[in-house]
Amino acid sequence: MKRKKLTAFALILALILIVSACGSGSKNGNSNGGASAGNGSNEPSGEKITLKLMHLWPDGSNSAQNKVIKQIIEEYQTANPNVTINTEVLENEQYKNKLKVLSASNDLPDVGFTWAAGFMEPYVKGNMFTSLDDLLQGDLKDKFVAGTTDGYAFDGKTYGLPVELNIVPVYYNKEIFSQNNLQPPQTLDELKNIIKTLNDKGVTPITLGAKDAWTASFWYMYLVDRLGGPDLLDESIANNTFTDPSLIEAAKQAQELVDMKAFVKGFNGLSNDEAKSEFMNGKAAMYAMGTWEVPNYTTNPDVPQEFKDKIGYFKFPTAAGGKGDVSDWVGGVGVGLFVSEKSKYKEEAKNFVSFFVQKWGEHSVTDAGIIPATKVDTATVKLPQMFIDLLNELNSAKKVTLYADVQMKPVASEEHHNLVQALFGKAVTPEEFAKKQEDALKAGK
Amino acid sequence: MEKVMSNKWIIALYVLPSLLLIVAIIYLPIVLTGYYGLMEWDGISPMAFIGLDNYATLMRDEKFWSSVNHSFLFAVLSTVFLIVYMSVALVLSGNIRGANLFRKIYLIPMLLSSVAIAQLWLKIYHPTTGILNDLLTTFGVKETPDWLADPAIVLGALFVPILWQYAGFYILIYYAAFKSIPASLIEAARIDGASPWQIAVRIKVPLISEVIKVTIVLAVVGSLKYFDLIYVMTDGGPNGASEVMASYMYHKAFRGFEFGYGSAIGFFLLLICLVATWVIRRLTATKDTIQYS
Repeated sequence: MKRKKLTAFALILALILIVSACGSGSKNGNSNGGASAGNGSNEPSGEKITLKLMHLWPDGSNSAQNKVIKQIIEEYQTANPNVTINTEVLENEQYKNKLKVLSASNDLPDVGFTWAAGFMEPYVKGNMFTSLDDLLQGDLKDKFVAGTTDGYAFDGKTYGLPVELNIVPVYYNKEIFSQNNLQPPQTLDELKNIIKTLNDKGVTPITLGAKDAWTASFWYMYLVDRLGGPDLLDESIANNTFTDPSLIEAAKQAQELVDMKAFVKGFNGLSNDEAKSEFMNGKAAMYAMGTWEVPNYTTNPDVPQEFKDKIGYFKFPTAAGGKGDVSDWVGGVGVGLFVSEKSKYKEEAKNFVSFFVQKWGEHSVTDAGIIPATKVDTATVKLPQMFIDLLNELNSAKKVTLYADVQMKPVASEEHHNLVQALFGKAVTPEEFAKKQEDALKAGK
Repeated sequence: MEKVMSNKWIIALYVLPSLLLIVAIIYLPIVLTGYYGLMEWDGISPMAFIGLDNYATLMRDEKFWSSVNHSFLFAVLSTVFLIVYMSVALVLSGNIRGANLFRKIYLIPMLLSSVAIAQLWLKIYHPTTGILNDLLTTFGVKETPDWLADPAIVLGALFVPILWQYAGFYILIYYAAFKSIPASLIEAARIDGASPWQIAVRIKVPLISEVIKVTIVLAVVGSLKYFDLIYVMTDGGPNGASEVMASYMYHKAFRGFEFGYGSAIGFFLLLICLVATWVIRRLTATKDTIQYS
């Protein structure tokens, strides 16, 4: 009898323990918000704290950026021994998804990366990011290249600080070009001739991973710019129209390139990483990608010097009769840092962001060959030539058109990705492409 | 101790923890999904109640219906292929030489995660370096297909690894069912002069009819909510050519910030699965179940 009572008692006790553990666990998750890494205790700031940082540069594919981040964190922890920085790294697409899930559950990291404009609008409206204006007025005053923080500002307040500034050149393999007596193209017609020549020789002209549709969007955006001039795309997206004949003509040109077999076989089923490996293996002659790839052709120790020497870049060629200029670029600020509104240690997080941006400006240039959004003094450091050239291109750029998918709101952006895939896969006509893009923009989501 | 176990309260106490877990992890989210489906919600800002608007939009959403079509195509094909699996299991259960080895071969894909399988088949389907196109080229095919980039064939290309992935599972179920048929029944039939074909079709298959029903439900519901391999291999692309219901829900909710709409799709998916299960049970209902003894 006694035993029975004991058993029942033990069971009840166990149950209570389980239930209470569950209860307190979920409570922590909700109230702690972004600072859930802070050991769950109520220590006042200034003592030992842990900041959570999420970034999108895994060691394998972006090792240059990855190394710089590690170094900055180390330096920060040495300067602020009471702070520990916990990092979580996810690859681009996973990162975007996780960010959404975390903010839906009110669990954003203290510091993380975001994209500008349309991408971050829901977060700002949902009051997820904190304003970083005090940093911009204080420590970081006049440190940024003019205009780079604009994309992160909503209603006069800035919610993110960019770390990268990128433009999209077309990289090409000089060895393949010289073997076939080719010169970098100045005009679209020359580009088409190159494509023909290379196809005749059995070399893949251009590699493109259009399963990640933003890569194909680069090509479309450039065609729009070269045909319709530097402001056409911005204005079309801002005014929710997509009827300008140049927009349709650009779509036609894109399909013409597809018809010429300009792009690697099966490009609509290849991810950007798969496509990139075609270029890195010397199988494809050209590859249009942001300047974040430059470390692979300059400083990255994992890439053989022999290959780096083979790679050059050219500006996207002009179109005959087009309104665009060869010094117009597609690009813009890359990712930027945000501080979570729900962070328990907001001041420390801001402090870290300020430190990060300044250190990033130094290290990214000298160690990694990444173009930062902060001003660079090139006179004092020795830099790889391609990097200097691109920095100069950036300084003399007439216009940098921000990526179309970043400019658009989430639903329209998603639709833009689908439509670009359809356009390059020849599943829609250029007219249908423009019509559907306009419908998506007009929906206003 | 026996007395303890006969006490209803004690039984309830034992059941309670897992009951709570199931309610919290499975049933509560279902209810919440239905609730979110009535909202306009981007997942971040406050929700706004809009009644059945999401469902009305859903009914007019062409892309959704094409994803429903793809899902149903998968469901039908998977069900048809159960016949193949059953035949394999029948042969394997018939004491053939090397049955053990074959069983293991069929089971291997089950050991791999979907992502690993997807990566493997991505390599196989690669347009230039893939083994499949290499093979076709050696056979003299000039224009090799772009397996995952061509909207006309991408569904078929995805279906092969999915079939391969689940073959072992169904073969194992059928194999176990066939093995559980008492040998005396087969022996009796053989003595009566039944041919192996007759034994298989007239005796073995009817005897496992309950198992067959279960596998049909599993295959249909599994296909309707299929997601992982498609997400990794094509992400529903190119331009939605391989979009299924679950991937469309994912795209709407996580890419398009339309959690309300995504939830509506999820709830609709649940309803379709329930209806499908009910229809299958009705279609396959038999009055008298066959017993071994």
